[in-house]
Amino acid sequence: MTGFSRRALLAGSGGLLLSGCDRLTTSPTAKSLLSLGEKASRSAQRLVTGQALAPEFSAVDISPVFRVNGNTRPTASAYLAHVERGFADWRLAIDGLVARPLALSLAHLRALPQRTQITRHDCVEGWSAIAQWTGVPLAALLHGAGALPQARYAVFHCADDFSGTPYYESIDLAEALHPQTILAHTMNGQPLSVGHGAPLRLRVERQLGYKQAKYVMRVELVASLDRLYGGKGGYWEDHSGYQWWAGI
Amino acid sequence: MLPAMERSPLILRIRWPVRLWHWINALTVFIMLMSGMMIFNAHPRLYWGKFGANFDHAWLEIGNHGAHGYLALGGQEWPTTGVLGFAQGIALAFPPLVTLPSHYNLALARGWHFLGAWTLVASLVCFLLYALLSGHLRRDLGLSREERRPRALLHDIGQHLRLRLPRGEAARHYNPLQKLAYLSVLLAVLPLLIATGLAMSPTMNAALPWLLDGLGGRQSARSIHFLCALAMALFIAVHLAMVVLAGPLNELRAMSTGWYRLPPERKP
Repeated sequence: MTGFSRRALLAGSGGLLLSGCDRLTTSPTAKSLLSLGEKASRSAQRLVTGQALAPEFSAVDISPVFRVNGNTRPTASAYLAHVERGFADWRLAIDGLVARPLALSLAHLRALPQRTQITRHDCVEGWSAIAQWTGVPLAALLHGAGALPQARYAVFHCADDFSGTPYYESIDLAEALHPQTILAHTMNGQPLSVGHGAPLRLRVERQLGYKQAKYVMRVELVASLDRLYGGKGGYWEDHSGYQWWAGI
Repeated sequence: MLPAMERSPLILRIRWPVRLWHWINALTVFIMLMSGMMIFNAHPRLYWGKFGANFDHAWLEIGNHGAHGYLALGGQEWPTTGVLGFAQGIALAFPPLVTLPSHYNLALARGWHFLGAWTLVASLVCFLLYALLSGHLRRDLGLSREERRPRALLHDIGQHLRLRLPRGEAARHYNPLQKLAYLSVLLAVLPLLIATGLAMSPTMNAALPWLLDGLGGRQSARSIHFLCALAMALFIAVHLAMVVLAGPLNELRAMSTGWYRLPPERKP
């Protein structure tokens, strides 16, 4: 047998095996098994972690270069107009299941009690970068707006999009009220750059990178994620099937 | 066919909990390695320390220049086209033939990896409890004082290098190198894989900060996780080679039914 035909045979049988494997791994039974695994991870992690704080680092640990990823410059004209005016008349909306919807300017947000933390950003792909973030604890904002008892999730609506589909993310209230969960306007002592999500991004330090929504324009409290976009609670969850629980 | 009198005895060598654990593992380990390689494909660079991304120094990288795959290690690039970096016409660190799923899908690979992790941990805990309580660990896997002596170990290494495996009565029990291989997987590689896996989870970092510190940071944990996976892959390769050398049918029967026929003594 020549090398070529042996290779062809190997590739052929490999291909058969693979397509069989792939059919198996994408079957409804497999999918329900996988979501069972995700639920197990979420429940177990919640149980053992409680309100524990994510590790914080010292200034010497900060990454020399913090790469930008995801969208690095939203294209919506309304957003670009805000960039041009230095976000002077930009407002953060807090609404949904709240008693008092709010619209807060950047100056207002900066005047509230702040939290500064040096934390690690972990991309779902595997890389990590450390930076110092300063911002307003989300708990304070939700308290100010008066979260209603039926609210279960905080949804972050963003100014960026992928081919016209807006970016959004969601976390449950346990994560939203965690003391390290902040809406950051400052990174490493500088106002947030456009690449990193100006003027405001979420830092939810016990979750992976795709939860750290950039260009946050609106925080909406909801009782269910079902009726938002694809219904899975986030852009990457809807688009690529990423797990909603991003704690691992 | 030899007359029954001359046939060497059939012994009950492997009890059912060990066999069950073995076959659960055989499936789980492949799911873990194959989905793990797909996860690695998402960022095929490894670092030491607390952080590490594209602008930081990677101690290992698998990549491609056009249709040429390479592995960069120790300041040098090794061509790996057709195996790593670029193979089957696709620019991925590990090629479709060995990943789960076979096309690039990080979310699905993660789903399988974490489901596999639950299976692996649950079955390992059950097995360790059984091994401790039943005496399997001490009786079958522990090395006797005699076996622990350097000269005995050296002798065993020599025998393995000459591919002279124990026969007759000596094959009734695992040999010292075999015990060491099983013990290191059971007590070192698997626990370290689990610990480093947990240390990569940001939520677990909040719950167990000492684990993260003990392993030298998240990117170190990721590197150790990869090296342990490599060790598992090597173990499986050697394990399968030994099964073939020792007589695959007899070994497969032993691992399926428990019954093992002692290989007859060599003719003097």
